[in-house]
Amino acid sequence: MKVAITSTGNSMDSKLDQRFGRCSHFMIYDTETKGMEFIPNPNKDAQEGAGPASVQLVASRNVQKIISGEFGIKIKSLLDRLKIQMIVLKEPEKKIEDIINMLNH
Amino acid sequence: MFIIFAVNICSYYMSPRPVKLRKISDPPIISGFKPYGKNKSNGKPDLTFLNLEEYEALRLCDYLMLDQLQASSLMNISRPTLTRIYGRARQKIAEAFVLGKQIIIEGGKIYFDSDWYNCKSCGCVFNNPDKQKIIGECPLCRAKDFTNCSEFSHKSKESLKRKRNKK
Repeated sequence: MKVAITSTGNSMDSKLDQRFGRCSHFMIYDTETKGMEFIPNPNKDAQEGAGPASVQLVASRNVQKIISGEFGIKIKSLLDRLKIQMIVLKEPEKKIEDIINMLNH
Repeated sequence: MFIIFAVNICSYYMSPRPVKLRKISDPPIISGFKPYGKNKSNGKPDLTFLNLEEYEALRLCDYLMLDQLQASSLMNISRPTLTRIYGRARQKIAEAFVLGKQIIIEGGKIYFDSDWYNCKSCGCVFNNPDKQKIIGECPLCRAKDFTNCSEFSHKSKESLKRKRNKK
């Protein structure tokens, strides 16, 4: 199962990004193969529609869960339709490494 | 004569329109606030009960900086209703600040946009996209200690007791 985590940078030490649409990187983690991949977000500086475009990018990777600090109003109904689970974690100091450890726990 | 008769019958048989449910798109991550440094030493501080709809109005208007028309459409209510709810929220919070009262967030005529759960061990909030499946554990930390956020709207025994005392 694949999990997307919004990240502020492209390393394991970077922190959880508190925004979904305009986060700097997406981290795609596969819980079975333990493979991980950082994707820079092309919608980072978008004026409008960053959320739906990011959803499209994430959904194209067959992600089933998304971990982020906050989800916008436009995104929620979209993710509900795609049956992707939203996990809201309001801890900006949490590192990507810690979250992966929690998932593997 | 007839009008008075009709009005009397109406007020006797007809109850007012039930309150329209307000939509909440983000459940609060905490259930209240406590004051500290109070001079009074006699026990617990007084309580103020902030409804979930008032919390949501405050979140949309003051945290997300939306205007009241946008906020009202997100909560699925009319603009004047939102203004009233928002006013009440500010009044309650000001009262709690000035008098050093404890704020408890609970109750209200509301519904959530999705099925939200709150994990007690890692503090995350997650939803259930597939209604056929029942969630058995937190998807992040695998703890089994989580609550459904719709329990927020149920009033605690204390607030019900207070209401009865007021009457």
